[in-house]
Amino acid sequence: MAVLLLAELNGSELALDLTAKTLTAAKELGEVTVLCASESCTEAAEQASRLEGVSRVIKIENPTFGNGLAEPLADLIVSLSEDYDHLVGPASTYAQNILPRAAALLDCMMISDISGIISEDTFERPIYAGNAIQIVKSSDSKKVITVRTAAYQAAEEGNSAPIDEMSHDIANNTSEWVEDRVASSDRPELTSAGIVVSGGRGVGSVEDFELISKLADKLGAAVGASRAAVDSGYAPNDWQVGQTGKVVAPNLYVAVGISGAIQHLAGMKDSKIIVAINKDEDAPIFQVADYGVVADLFQAVPELIKKLDEIQ
Amino acid sequence: MKVLVPVKRVIDYNVKVRVQTDGSGVDLANVKMSMNPFDEIAVEEAIRLREAGKAEEVIAVSIGVPKAQQILRAALAVGADRAILIHAADDPHVDIEPLAVAKLLKAVVDEEQPGLVLMGKQAIDNDMNATGQMLAALLGYPQATFSSELNVEGNEAIAVREVDGGLQVIKMQLPGIVTVDLRMNEPRYPSLPSIQKAKRKPFETRTPEDYGVDISNRLEIIKTVEPPTRKAGEILPTVGDLVDKLQNEAEVI
Ligand SMILES: Cc1cc2nc3c(=O)[nH]c(=O)nc-3n(C[C@H](O)[C@H](O)[C@H](O)COP(=O)(O)OP(=O)(O)OC[C@H]3O[C@@H](n4cnc5c(N)ncnc54)[C@H](O)[C@@H]3O)c2cc1C
Repeated sequence: MAVLLLAELNGSELALDLTAKTLTAAKELGEVTVLCASESCTEAAEQASRLEGVSRVIKIENPTFGNGLAEPLADLIVSLSEDYDHLVGPASTYAQNILPRAAALLDCMMISDISGIISEDTFERPIYAGNAIQIVKSSDSKKVITVRTAAYQAAEEGNSAPIDEMSHDIANNTSEWVEDRVASSDRPELTSAGIVVSGGRGVGSVEDFELISKLADKLGAAVGASRAAVDSGYAPNDWQVGQTGKVVAPNLYVAVGISGAIQHLAGMKDSKIIVAINKDEDAPIFQVADYGVVADLFQAVPELIKKLDEIQ
Repeated sequence: MKVLVPVKRVIDYNVKVRVQTDGSGVDLANVKMSMNPFDEIAVEEAIRLREAGKAEEVIAVSIGVPKAQQILRAALAVGADRAILIHAADDPHVDIEPLAVAKLLKAVVDEEQPGLVLMGKQAIDNDMNATGQMLAALLGYPQATFSSELNVEGNEAIAVREVDGGLQVIKMQLPGIVTVDLRMNEPRYPSLPSIQKAKRKPFETRTPEDYGVDISNRLEIIKTVEPPTRKAGEILPTVGDLVDKLQNEAEVI
Protein backbone atom coordinates (compact mmCIF):
# COMPACT_ATOMS: atom_id res chain seq x y z
CA MET A 1 0.00 0.00 0.00
CA ALA A 2 1.24 3.49 -0.77
CA VAL A 3 0.48 6.39 1.52
CA LEU A 4 0.68 10.11 0.78
CA LEU A 5 1.15 12.08 3.99
CA LEU A 6 0.34 15.78 3.90
CA ALA A 7 3.04 17.47 5.99
CA GLU A 8 1.72 20.21 8.21
CA LEU A 9 3.40 23.48 7.33
CA ASN A 10 3.15 26.82 9.10
CA GLY A 11 4.32 29.02 6.26
CA SER A 12 7.74 27.59 5.50
CA GLU A 13 8.09 25.76 8.81
CA LEU A 14 7.36 22.09 9.34
CA ALA A 15 5.12 21.32 12.31
CA LEU A 16 7.51 18.55 13.25
CA ASP A 17 5.71 16.96 16.16
CA LEU A 18 2.31 16.73 14.42
CA THR A 19 3.87 15.42 11.23
CA ALA A 20 6.05 12.89 13.08
CA LYS A 21 3.07 11.57 15.06
CA THR A 22 0.93 11.29 11.93
CA LEU A 23 3.79 9.43 10.29
CA THR A 24 3.74 6.79 13.03
CA ALA A 25 0.13 6.04 12.08
CA ALA A 26 0.78 6.27 8.33
CA LYS A 27 3.66 3.77 8.53
CA GLU A 28 1.21 1.11 9.68
CA LEU A 29 -0.60 1.50 6.36
CA GLY A 30 2.29 1.21 3.93
CA GLU A 31 5.14 3.01 2.26
CA VAL A 32 4.97 6.69 3.09
CA THR A 33 5.62 9.61 0.76
CA VAL A 34 5.53 12.98 2.50
CA LEU A 35 4.18 15.99 0.61
CA CYS A 36 5.61 19.37 1.55
CA ALA A 37 3.90 22.20 -0.33
CA SER A 38 4.37 25.85 0.50
CA GLU A 39 5.87 29.05 -0.84
CA SER A 40 9.27 27.89 0.32
CA CYS A 41 9.83 24.64 2.13
CA THR A 42 13.36 23.45 1.45
CA GLU A 43 14.23 23.16 5.11
CA ALA A 44 10.89 21.62 5.97
CA ALA A 45 11.36 18.98 3.27
CA GLU A 46 14.83 18.19 4.58
CA GLN A 47 13.49 17.89 8.10
CA ALA A 48 10.72 15.56 6.90
CA SER A 49 13.24 13.45 4.98
CA ARG A 50 15.07 12.78 8.25
CA LEU A 51 12.03 11.18 9.86
CA GLU A 52 12.32 7.45 10.33
CA GLY A 53 9.95 5.57 8.02
CA VAL A 54 9.65 8.14 5.24
CA SER A 55 10.51 6.62 1.87
CA ARG A 56 10.31 9.79 -0.21
CA VAL A 57 9.56 13.47 0.14
CA ILE A 58 7.86 15.51 -2.56
CA LYS A 59 8.73 19.18 -2.33
CA ILE A 60 6.61 21.71 -4.19
CA GLU A 61 7.42 25.37 -3.78
CA ASN A 62 4.78 27.77 -5.01
CA PRO A 63 3.28 30.87 -3.33
CA THR A 64 -0.23 29.53 -4.06
CA PHE A 65 0.35 26.87 -1.41
CA GLY A 66 1.90 29.25 1.09
CA ASN A 67 -0.91 29.92 3.51
CA GLY A 68 -2.59 26.57 3.74
CA LEU A 69 -5.61 27.59 1.66
CA ALA A 70 -7.72 24.52 1.02
CA GLU A 71 -8.73 25.17 -2.59
CA PRO A 72 -5.32 24.87 -4.28
CA LEU A 73 -3.95 22.31 -1.81
CA ALA A 74 -6.93 19.97 -2.26
CA ASP A 75 -6.50 20.24 -6.04
CA LEU A 76 -2.81 19.47 -5.66
CA ILE A 77 -3.47 16.37 -3.57
CA VAL A 78 -6.05 15.14 -6.06
CA SER A 79 -3.59 15.61 -8.91
CA LEU A 80 -1.01 13.48 -7.06
CA SER A 81 -3.47 10.94 -5.70
CA GLU A 82 -3.36 8.33 -8.45
CA ASP A 83 -0.28 6.61 -7.05
CA TYR A 84 -1.63 6.26 -3.52
CA ASP A 85 -4.14 4.14 -1.64
CA HIS A 86 -4.22 6.32 1.46
CA LEU A 87 -4.15 10.10 1.79
CA VAL A 88 -3.29 11.03 5.35
CA GLY A 89 -2.76 14.13 7.49
CA PRO A 90 -3.00 15.16 11.13
CA ALA A 91 -6.42 16.06 12.57
CA SER A 92 -5.31 19.69 12.79
CA THR A 93 -7.08 22.76 11.48
CA TYR A 94 -4.57 22.75 8.59
CA ALA A 95 -5.26 19.25 7.27
CA GLN A 96 -8.88 19.06 8.39
CA ASN A 97 -9.53 22.07 6.16
CA ILE A 98 -7.90 20.47 3.13
CA LEU A 99 -8.39 16.70 3.18
CA PRO A 100 -12.22 16.50 3.29
CA ARG A 101 -12.21 18.79 0.25
CA ALA A 102 -9.81 16.45 -1.54
CA ALA A 103 -11.89 13.42 -0.46
CA ALA A 104 -15.07 14.83 -2.00
CA LEU A 105 -13.26 15.63 -5.26
CA LEU A 106 -12.23 11.96 -5.36
CA ASP A 107 -15.76 10.81 -4.46
CA CYS A 108 -14.46 9.25 -1.25
CA MET A 109 -15.80 9.57 2.27
CA MET A 110 -13.68 11.36 4.83
CA ILE A 111 -12.43 9.39 7.83
CA SER A 112 -11.56 12.04 10.40
CA ASP A 113 -9.61 11.89 13.62
CA ILE A 114 -8.71 8.19 13.73
CA SER A 115 -7.27 6.93 17.01
CA GLY A 116 -6.38 3.46 15.83
CA ILE A 117 -5.77 1.35 12.73
CA ILE A 118 -7.27 -2.15 12.67
CA SER A 119 -6.32 -2.94 9.08
CA GLU A 120 -5.68 -1.05 5.85
CA ASP A 121 -9.39 -0.28 5.47
CA THR A 122 -10.68 -0.46 9.05
CA PHE A 123 -10.18 2.29 11.59
CA GLU A 124 -11.13 3.28 15.09
CA ARG A 125 -12.35 6.80 15.80
CA PRO A 126 -13.95 8.61 18.74
CA ILE A 127 -17.46 9.97 18.25
CA TYR A 128 -19.80 11.92 20.56
CA ALA A 129 -16.93 13.91 22.08
CA GLY A 130 -15.11 10.70 22.87
CA ASN A 131 -18.06 9.12 24.69
CA ALA A 132 -18.07 6.28 22.21
CA ILE A 133 -15.52 4.66 19.93
CA GLN A 134 -16.60 3.56 16.50
CA ILE A 135 -14.88 0.98 14.31
CA VAL A 136 -15.51 1.73 10.64
CA LYS A 137 -14.57 -0.12 7.48
CA SER A 138 -14.22 1.87 4.31
CA SER A 139 -15.32 0.57 0.92
CA ASP A 140 -13.82 3.52 -0.97
CA SER A 141 -11.03 3.07 -3.51
CA LYS A 142 -8.91 5.54 -1.55
CA LYS A 143 -8.98 6.16 2.16
CA VAL A 144 -8.72 9.79 3.11
CA ILE A 145 -7.80 10.04 6.76
CA THR A 146 -6.87 12.49 9.48
CA VAL A 147 -5.08 11.17 12.54
CA ARG A 148 -5.64 12.04 16.19
CA THR A 149 -2.00 12.83 16.94
CA ALA A 150 -2.42 12.55 20.73
CA ALA A 151 -2.92 8.80 20.18
CA TYR A 152 0.51 8.32 18.59
CA GLN A 153 4.18 8.71 19.53
CA ALA A 154 6.31 10.85 17.25
CA ALA A 155 8.51 9.01 14.74
CA GLU A 156 12.22 9.46 15.42
CA GLU A 157 14.76 11.24 13.27
CA GLY A 158 17.76 9.54 11.69
CA ASN A 159 16.65 8.84 8.13
CA SER A 160 17.65 10.48 4.87
CA ALA A 161 14.89 9.84 2.38
CA PRO A 162 15.23 11.22 -1.15
CA ILE A 163 13.58 14.57 -1.89
CA ASP A 164 11.92 15.02 -5.28
CA GLU A 165 11.26 18.57 -6.28
CA MET A 166 8.20 19.01 -8.45
CA SER A 167 6.46 22.04 -9.83
CA HIS A 168 2.75 22.50 -9.94
CA ASP A 169 0.77 25.39 -11.24
CA ILE A 170 -2.65 25.45 -9.76
CA ALA A 171 -4.62 28.64 -9.97
CA ASN A 172 -6.68 29.91 -7.08
CA ASN A 173 -8.88 32.86 -7.98
CA THR A 174 -11.58 32.36 -5.40
CA SER A 175 -9.89 32.75 -2.04
CA GLU A 176 -7.11 34.88 -0.73
CA TRP A 177 -5.07 34.99 2.44
CA VAL A 178 -5.30 38.33 4.27
CA GLU A 179 -3.36 37.90 7.51
CA ASP A 180 -2.43 35.57 10.32
CA ARG A 181 -2.98 36.74 13.86
CA VAL A 182 -0.62 34.50 15.70
CA ALA A 183 0.99 35.23 19.03
CA SER A 184 4.44 33.77 19.41
CA SER A 185 5.39 32.27 22.73
CA ASP A 186 8.44 30.68 24.30
CA ARG A 187 6.29 28.10 26.02
CA PRO A 188 6.05 24.54 24.72
CA GLU A 189 3.31 23.81 22.23
CA LEU A 190 0.06 22.57 23.65
CA THR A 191 -0.15 19.41 21.54
CA SER A 192 3.44 18.32 22.12
CA ALA A 193 4.08 19.46 25.72
CA GLY A 194 4.85 16.90 28.42
CA ILE A 195 2.92 18.97 30.96
CA VAL A 196 -0.15 21.13 30.41
CA VAL A 197 -1.68 23.53 32.93
CA SER A 198 -5.19 24.68 32.03
CA GLY A 199 -7.42 27.30 33.56
CA GLY A 200 -11.19 27.54 33.44
CA ARG A 201 -13.96 29.97 34.20
CA GLY A 202 -13.07 29.70 37.87
CA VAL A 203 -9.95 31.75 37.22
CA GLY A 204 -12.24 34.72 36.79
CA SER A 205 -10.30 37.27 34.74
CA VAL A 206 -7.57 37.75 32.19
CA GLU A 207 -5.37 39.29 34.92
CA ASP A 208 -5.77 36.29 37.18
CA PHE A 209 -5.05 33.95 34.28
CA GLU A 210 -1.43 35.08 34.81
CA LEU A 211 -1.48 32.79 37.81
CA ILE A 212 -2.10 29.82 35.49
CA SER A 213 0.71 30.95 33.19
CA LYS A 214 3.02 31.35 36.18
CA LEU A 215 2.32 27.83 37.35
CA ALA A 216 2.83 26.57 33.80
CA ASP A 217 6.21 28.31 33.54
CA LYS A 218 7.26 26.88 36.86
CA LEU A 219 6.57 23.38 35.48
CA GLY A 220 7.90 24.07 31.97
CA ALA A 221 4.37 23.42 30.79
CA ALA A 222 2.10 24.61 27.98
CA VAL A 223 -0.95 26.64 28.95
CA GLY A 224 -4.44 25.44 28.09
CA ALA A 225 -7.94 26.71 28.77
CA SER A 226 -11.54 25.60 28.84
CA ARG A 227 -13.98 26.97 26.35
CA ALA A 228 -15.60 29.09 29.05
CA ALA A 229 -12.23 30.72 29.78
CA VAL A 230 -11.69 31.44 26.08
CA ASP A 231 -15.25 32.69 25.56
CA SER A 232 -14.82 35.01 28.55
CA GLY A 233 -11.67 36.44 27.01
CA TYR A 234 -9.27 35.15 29.67
CA ALA A 235 -7.29 33.16 27.13
CA PRO A 236 -6.82 33.11 23.32
CA ASN A 237 -8.73 30.59 21.18
CA ASP A 238 -5.66 28.52 20.36
CA TRP A 239 -5.36 27.52 24.03
CA GLN A 240 -8.73 25.78 24.06
CA VAL A 241 -8.66 22.10 24.96
CA GLY A 242 -11.63 19.88 24.16
CA GLN A 243 -14.05 18.54 21.58
CA THR A 244 -13.73 21.68 19.50
CA GLY A 245 -10.28 22.71 20.63
CA LYS A 246 -7.07 20.77 20.86
CA VAL A 247 -6.71 17.18 21.95
CA VAL A 248 -3.80 16.65 24.29
CA ALA A 249 -2.37 13.65 26.12
CA PRO A 250 0.57 14.89 28.19
CA ASN A 251 2.24 13.07 31.09
CA LEU A 252 0.65 15.56 33.44
CA TYR A 253 -2.49 17.65 32.95
CA VAL A 254 -3.40 20.16 35.66
CA ALA A 255 -6.98 21.48 35.49
CA VAL A 256 -7.53 24.58 37.59
CA GLY A 257 -11.02 26.01 38.08
CA ILE A 258 -12.43 23.71 35.39
CA SER A 259 -15.63 21.78 36.11
CA GLY A 260 -14.94 18.88 33.74
CA ALA A 261 -17.73 19.08 31.14
CA ILE A 262 -17.66 16.16 28.68
CA GLN A 263 -16.62 18.54 25.90
CA HIS A 264 -13.54 19.50 27.89
CA LEU A 265 -12.76 15.91 28.92
CA ALA A 266 -12.86 15.00 25.21
CA GLY A 267 -9.61 16.89 24.80
CA MET A 268 -7.60 15.68 27.81
CA LYS A 269 -8.88 12.46 29.29
CA ASP A 270 -6.12 10.41 27.71
CA SER A 271 -3.49 12.31 29.71
CA LYS A 272 -1.29 10.05 31.83
CA ILE A 273 -1.80 11.84 35.14
CA ILE A 274 -4.64 14.30 35.71
CA VAL A 275 -4.64 16.77 38.59
CA ALA A 276 -7.70 18.87 39.45
CA ILE A 277 -7.84 21.92 41.66
CA ASN A 278 -11.42 23.01 42.24
CA LYS A 279 -13.31 24.42 45.18
CA ASP A 280 -16.39 22.30 44.46
CA GLU A 281 -15.84 18.74 45.69
CA ASP A 282 -18.66 17.52 43.44
CA ALA A 283 -17.10 18.90 40.25
CA PRO A 284 -17.10 16.12 37.62
CA ILE A 285 -13.41 16.73 36.90
CA PHE A 286 -12.63 14.83 40.12
CA GLN A 287 -14.14 11.69 38.57
CA VAL A 288 -11.30 11.52 36.07
CA ALA A 289 -8.51 13.06 38.17
CA ASP A 290 -5.75 10.91 39.63
CA TYR A 291 -5.12 13.55 42.27
CA GLY A 292 -7.53 16.21 43.41
CA VAL A 293 -7.29 19.14 45.76
CA VAL A 294 -10.55 20.69 46.91
CA ALA A 295 -9.52 24.28 47.48
CA ASP A 296 -9.82 27.86 46.36
CA LEU A 297 -7.43 28.16 43.45
CA PHE A 298 -6.30 31.60 44.59
CA GLN A 299 -4.82 29.94 47.67
CA ALA A 300 -3.84 26.59 46.23
CA VAL A 301 -2.04 27.77 43.09
CA PRO A 302 0.29 30.32 44.78
CA GLU A 303 1.04 27.71 47.43
CA LEU A 304 1.79 25.14 44.73
CA ILE A 305 4.15 27.56 43.00
CA LYS A 306 5.90 28.17 46.33
CA LYS A 307 6.25 24.44 47.04
CA LEU A 308 7.66 23.86 43.56
CA ASP A 309 10.14 26.67 44.18
CA GLU A 310 11.28 24.90 47.32
CA ILE A 311 11.96 21.58 45.64
CA GLN A 312 13.72 23.03 42.61
CA MET B 1 -28.70 37.10 -1.92
CA LYS B 2 -30.12 33.92 -0.42
CA VAL B 3 -28.38 32.20 2.47
CA LEU B 4 -28.74 28.45 2.85
CA VAL B 5 -28.28 26.97 6.33
CA PRO B 6 -28.08 23.18 6.70
CA VAL B 7 -29.06 22.00 10.18
CA LYS B 8 -28.73 18.57 11.79
CA ARG B 9 -30.78 16.90 14.49
CA VAL B 10 -28.46 15.37 17.08
CA ILE B 11 -28.49 14.21 20.70
CA ASP B 12 -28.65 17.29 22.89
CA TYR B 13 -25.17 18.27 24.04
CA ASN B 14 -26.19 17.96 27.70
CA VAL B 15 -27.26 14.33 27.40
CA LYS B 16 -24.90 11.67 28.70
CA VAL B 17 -24.40 9.37 25.74
CA ARG B 18 -24.94 5.67 26.37
CA VAL B 19 -23.35 3.01 24.22
CA GLN B 20 -25.48 -0.11 23.60
CA THR B 21 -23.89 -3.11 25.24
CA ASP B 22 -24.23 -5.22 22.06
CA GLY B 23 -21.93 -2.84 20.17
CA SER B 24 -24.67 -1.78 17.77
CA GLY B 25 -24.47 1.93 18.47
CA VAL B 26 -25.56 4.67 20.80
CA ASP B 27 -28.88 4.55 22.63
CA LEU B 28 -31.20 7.11 21.04
CA ALA B 29 -34.46 5.89 22.58
CA ASN B 30 -36.15 8.56 24.69
CA VAL B 31 -33.20 10.93 24.69
CA LYS B 32 -33.52 14.63 24.11
CA MET B 33 -32.65 15.62 20.55
CA SER B 34 -31.76 19.18 19.52
CA MET B 35 -30.27 21.21 16.76
CA ASN B 36 -26.51 20.71 16.51
CA PRO B 37 -25.07 23.65 18.54
CA PHE B 38 -22.80 24.79 15.69
CA ASP B 39 -25.81 24.93 13.36
CA GLU B 40 -27.71 27.17 15.78
CA ILE B 41 -24.89 29.64 15.43
CA ALA B 42 -24.99 29.38 11.64
CA VAL B 43 -28.75 30.06 11.69
CA GLU B 44 -28.23 33.08 13.93
CA GLU B 45 -25.51 34.50 11.69
CA ALA B 46 -27.70 34.08 8.62
CA ILE B 47 -30.55 35.93 10.30
CA ARG B 48 -28.21 38.73 11.31
CA LEU B 49 -27.06 39.03 7.69
CA ARG B 50 -30.68 39.42 6.60
CA GLU B 51 -31.36 41.93 9.36
CA ALA B 52 -28.31 43.91 8.25
CA GLY B 53 -29.74 44.03 4.73
CA LYS B 54 -27.00 41.80 3.33
CA ALA B 55 -29.25 38.83 2.62
CA GLU B 56 -32.83 38.65 1.40
CA GLU B 57 -33.82 35.17 2.38
CA VAL B 58 -32.67 32.52 4.84
CA ILE B 59 -33.48 28.92 3.91
CA ALA B 60 -32.96 26.16 6.45
CA VAL B 61 -32.49 22.62 5.21
CA SER B 62 -32.21 19.37 7.13
CA ILE B 63 -31.47 15.86 5.95
CA GLY B 64 -32.63 12.96 8.06
CA VAL B 65 -35.67 11.48 9.73
CA PRO B 66 -39.15 13.08 9.56
CA LYS B 67 -38.67 14.34 13.14
CA ALA B 68 -35.91 16.61 11.90
CA GLN B 69 -38.80 18.91 11.10
CA GLN B 70 -38.69 19.93 14.78
CA ILE B 71 -35.33 21.58 14.38
CA LEU B 72 -36.39 23.17 11.11
CA ARG B 73 -39.38 24.65 12.99
CA ALA B 74 -36.91 25.92 15.57
CA ALA B 75 -34.88 27.59 12.81
CA LEU B 76 -38.07 29.15 11.42
CA ALA B 77 -39.03 30.33 14.91
CA VAL B 78 -35.81 32.31 15.31
CA GLY B 79 -36.17 33.87 11.89
CA ALA B 80 -35.41 31.58 8.94
CA ASP B 81 -37.85 32.30 6.11
CA ARG B 82 -38.53 28.82 4.83
CA ALA B 83 -37.46 25.25 5.33
CA ILE B 84 -36.73 22.14 3.32
CA LEU B 85 -36.70 18.69 4.89
CA ILE B 86 -35.04 15.96 2.89
CA HIS B 87 -36.53 12.76 4.22
CA ALA B 88 -33.55 10.44 3.90
CA ALA B 89 -34.00 7.98 6.76
CA ASP B 90 -36.66 6.57 9.03
CA ASP B 91 -34.43 5.11 11.70
CA PRO B 92 -32.72 7.83 13.79
CA HIS B 93 -29.72 5.50 14.23
CA VAL B 94 -28.95 5.84 10.53
CA ASP B 95 -26.42 8.61 10.12
CA ILE B 96 -26.26 9.90 6.55
CA GLU B 97 -22.56 10.39 5.83
CA PRO B 98 -21.04 13.82 5.13
CA LEU B 99 -20.32 12.91 1.49
CA ALA B 100 -23.95 11.96 0.84
CA VAL B 101 -25.16 15.03 2.75
CA ALA B 102 -22.83 17.20 0.67
CA LYS B 103 -24.23 15.70 -2.54
CA LEU B 104 -27.79 16.42 -1.45
CA LEU B 105 -26.85 19.94 -0.41
CA LYS B 106 -25.18 20.49 -3.77
CA ALA B 107 -28.47 19.57 -5.43
CA VAL B 108 -30.29 22.08 -3.21
CA VAL B 109 -27.70 24.76 -4.02
CA ASP B 110 -28.10 24.04 -7.74
CA GLU B 111 -31.83 24.69 -7.37
CA GLU B 112 -31.78 27.62 -4.98
CA GLN B 113 -28.57 29.36 -6.05
CA PRO B 114 -27.73 30.89 -2.66
CA GLY B 115 -24.86 33.37 -2.45
CA LEU B 116 -23.68 31.83 0.79
CA VAL B 117 -24.01 28.53 2.62
CA LEU B 118 -23.50 28.96 6.36
CA MET B 119 -23.11 25.74 8.32
CA GLY B 120 -21.69 24.26 11.51
CA LYS B 121 -18.05 23.17 11.40
CA GLN B 122 -18.91 19.77 12.80
CA ALA B 123 -21.84 17.78 14.14
CA ILE B 124 -21.47 16.76 17.76
CA ASP B 125 -22.59 13.19 17.06
CA ASN B 126 -20.14 11.86 14.46
CA ASP B 127 -17.61 14.70 15.00
CA MET B 128 -16.49 14.27 11.37
CA ASN B 129 -15.83 17.93 10.55
CA ALA B 130 -16.16 17.40 6.81
CA THR B 131 -19.53 18.30 5.28
CA GLY B 132 -18.80 21.98 4.56
CA GLN B 133 -15.44 21.23 2.97
CA MET B 134 -17.03 18.47 0.87
CA LEU B 135 -19.89 20.67 -0.28
CA ALA B 136 -17.43 23.40 -1.28
CA ALA B 137 -15.45 20.82 -3.27
CA LEU B 138 -18.48 19.46 -5.12
CA LEU B 139 -19.60 22.97 -6.04
CA GLY B 140 -16.12 24.24 -6.85
CA TYR B 141 -16.74 27.05 -4.35
CA PRO B 142 -14.22 28.59 -1.98
CA GLN B 143 -14.47 27.74 1.73
CA ALA B 144 -13.87 29.51 5.03
CA THR B 145 -13.89 26.81 7.68
CA PHE B 146 -13.91 27.16 11.50
CA SER B 147 -14.89 30.84 11.26
CA SER B 148 -15.57 32.96 14.32
CA GLU B 149 -16.21 36.24 12.49
CA LEU B 150 -17.79 36.96 9.14
CA ASN B 151 -18.15 40.14 7.10
CA VAL B 152 -20.03 40.10 3.85
CA GLU B 153 -19.48 43.03 1.49
CA GLY B 154 -21.05 42.77 -1.96
CA ASN B 155 -19.88 39.52 -3.48
CA GLU B 156 -16.96 39.11 -1.14
CA ALA B 157 -16.74 37.66 2.34
CA ILE B 158 -13.98 38.18 4.87
CA ALA B 159 -13.77 35.49 7.50
CA VAL B 160 -11.68 35.18 10.65
CA ARG B 161 -10.84 31.52 11.11
CA GLU B 162 -9.90 29.85 14.39
CA VAL B 163 -6.81 27.82 13.56
CA ASP B 164 -4.33 25.88 15.69
CA GLY B 165 -1.83 28.72 15.78
CA GLY B 166 -4.34 31.49 16.52
CA LEU B 167 -6.46 33.28 13.94
CA GLN B 168 -6.30 33.44 10.16
CA VAL B 169 -8.13 36.05 8.11
CA ILE B 170 -9.11 35.13 4.55
CA LYS B 171 -11.15 36.75 1.83
CA MET B 172 -13.27 34.79 -0.58
CA GLN B 173 -15.47 35.37 -3.60
CA LEU B 174 -19.12 34.50 -3.25
CA PRO B 175 -20.82 32.17 -3.75
CA GLY B 176 -18.95 30.32 -1.05
CA ILE B 177 -19.20 28.07 2.00
CA VAL B 178 -18.58 29.23 5.56
CA THR B 179 -18.38 26.74 8.42
CA VAL B 180 -18.82 28.31 11.83
CA ASP B 181 -17.14 27.87 15.17
CA LEU B 182 -18.87 28.43 18.49
CA ARG B 183 -17.61 31.92 19.14
CA MET B 184 -19.19 33.56 16.10
CA ASN B 185 -22.27 34.76 17.96
CA GLU B 186 -24.71 34.07 20.76
CA PRO B 187 -27.91 32.57 19.28
CA ARG B 188 -31.19 34.23 20.25
CA TYR B 189 -34.19 32.52 21.80
CA PRO B 190 -37.46 32.45 19.86
CA SER B 191 -40.35 34.57 21.14
CA LEU B 192 -43.78 33.03 21.62
CA PRO B 193 -45.36 34.97 18.72
CA SER B 194 -42.50 33.95 16.43
CA ILE B 195 -43.04 30.29 17.30
CA GLN B 196 -46.66 30.73 16.25
CA LYS B 197 -45.66 32.57 13.09
CA ALA B 198 -43.16 29.83 12.22
CA LYS B 199 -46.02 27.38 11.78
CA ARG B 200 -47.22 29.36 8.77
CA LYS B 201 -43.86 29.70 7.06
CA PRO B 202 -43.26 27.68 3.88
CA PHE B 203 -42.14 24.11 4.60
CA GLU B 204 -41.28 21.65 1.88
CA THR B 205 -40.53 17.93 2.19
CA ARG B 206 -38.41 16.19 -0.43
CA THR B 207 -36.55 12.91 -0.82
CA PRO B 208 -33.05 12.02 -2.06
CA GLU B 209 -34.74 10.46 -5.11
CA ASP B 210 -36.20 13.86 -6.01
CA TYR B 211 -32.64 15.05 -6.41
CA GLY B 212 -31.35 11.83 -7.97
CA VAL B 213 -28.69 11.42 -5.32
CA ASP B 214 -27.37 8.06 -4.13
CA ILE B 215 -26.95 8.31 -0.36
CA SER B 216 -25.56 4.87 0.38
CA ASN B 217 -22.84 4.82 3.00
CA ARG B 218 -19.18 4.25 2.24
CA LEU B 219 -18.23 3.43 5.79
CA GLU B 220 -19.58 0.28 7.32
CA ILE B 221 -19.91 0.60 11.07
CA ILE B 222 -18.43 -2.60 12.42
CA LYS B 223 -19.21 -1.75 16.01
CA THR B 224 -19.50 1.01 18.56
CA VAL B 225 -17.91 0.52 21.95
CA GLU B 226 -17.42 2.32 25.23
CA PRO B 227 -14.19 4.27 25.52
CA PRO B 228 -11.73 3.15 28.18
CA THR B 229 -12.87 4.70 31.45
CA ARG B 230 -10.71 6.40 34.04
CA LYS B 231 -11.11 5.76 37.69
CA ALA B 232 -11.40 8.62 40.13
CA GLY B 233 -8.19 8.89 42.12
CA GLU B 234 -7.53 10.41 45.52
CA ILE B 235 -8.53 13.69 47.04
CA LEU B 236 -5.49 15.04 48.83
CA PRO B 237 -5.77 17.19 51.93
CA THR B 238 -3.04 19.70 51.08
CA VAL B 239 -1.04 21.10 48.20
CA GLY B 240 2.06 19.71 49.90
CA ASP B 241 0.65 16.20 49.55
CA LEU B 242 0.00 16.87 45.89
CA VAL B 243 3.60 17.87 45.24
CA ASP B 244 4.78 14.81 47.12
CA LYS B 245 2.55 12.47 45.05
CA LEU B 246 3.56 14.06 41.76
CA GLN B 247 7.19 13.77 42.65
CA ASN B 248 7.41 10.40 44.36
CA GLU B 249 4.42 8.35 43.24
CA ALA B 250 3.55 9.50 39.72
CA GLU B 251 7.09 10.75 39.08
CA VAL B 252 5.91 13.35 36.59
CA ILE B 253 7.70 16.40 37.98
C1 LIG C 1 -20.74 21.93 21.00
C2 LIG C 1 -19.94 22.27 22.21
C3 LIG C 1 -18.57 22.17 22.15
C4 LIG C 1 -17.79 22.50 23.26
N1 LIG C 1 -16.44 22.37 23.17
C5 LIG C 1 -15.68 22.63 24.26
C6 LIG C 1 -14.26 22.47 24.24
O1 LIG C 1 -13.64 22.17 23.21
N2 LIG C 1 -13.58 22.72 25.39
C7 LIG C 1 -14.18 23.08 26.56
O2 LIG C 1 -13.49 23.29 27.56
N3 LIG C 1 -15.51 23.25 26.59
C8 LIG C 1 -16.27 23.05 25.47
N4 LIG C 1 -17.62 23.24 25.54
C9 LIG C 1 -18.19 23.88 26.74
C10 LIG C 1 -18.43 22.94 27.91
O3 LIG C 1 -19.71 22.36 27.77
C11 LIG C 1 -18.39 23.72 29.24
O4 LIG C 1 -19.33 24.76 29.20
C12 LIG C 1 -17.02 24.33 29.56
O5 LIG C 1 -16.00 23.35 29.40
C13 LIG C 1 -17.01 24.86 30.96
O6 LIG C 1 -15.79 25.49 31.24
P1 LIG C 1 -15.28 25.62 32.74
O7 LIG C 1 -15.13 24.28 33.34
O8 LIG C 1 -14.09 26.50 32.71
O9 LIG C 1 -16.45 26.46 33.42
P2 LIG C 1 -17.55 26.03 34.55
O10 LIG C 1 -18.24 24.82 34.08
O11 LIG C 1 -18.27 27.24 34.82
O12 LIG C 1 -16.63 25.60 35.74
C14 LIG C 1 -15.90 26.47 36.52
C15 LIG C 1 -15.34 25.66 37.67
O13 LIG C 1 -14.47 26.48 38.43
C16 LIG C 1 -14.66 26.20 39.80
N5 LIG C 1 -14.25 27.38 40.53
C17 LIG C 1 -14.82 28.61 40.51
N6 LIG C 1 -14.13 29.46 41.28
C18 LIG C 1 -13.11 28.76 41.83
C19 LIG C 1 -12.05 29.08 42.73
N7 LIG C 1 -11.90 30.31 43.21
N8 LIG C 1 -11.19 28.10 43.07
C20 LIG C 1 -11.32 26.84 42.58
N9 LIG C 1 -12.30 26.49 41.72
C21 LIG C 1 -13.17 27.43 41.35
C22 LIG C 1 -16.11 25.86 39.93
O14 LIG C 1 -16.32 25.06 41.08
C23 LIG C 1 -16.40 25.14 38.63
O15 LIG C 1 -16.23 23.74 38.78
C24 LIG C 1 -18.41 22.93 24.45
C25 LIG C 1 -19.79 23.04 24.49
C26 LIG C 1 -20.55 22.72 23.39
C27 LIG C 1 -22.03 22.85 23.46
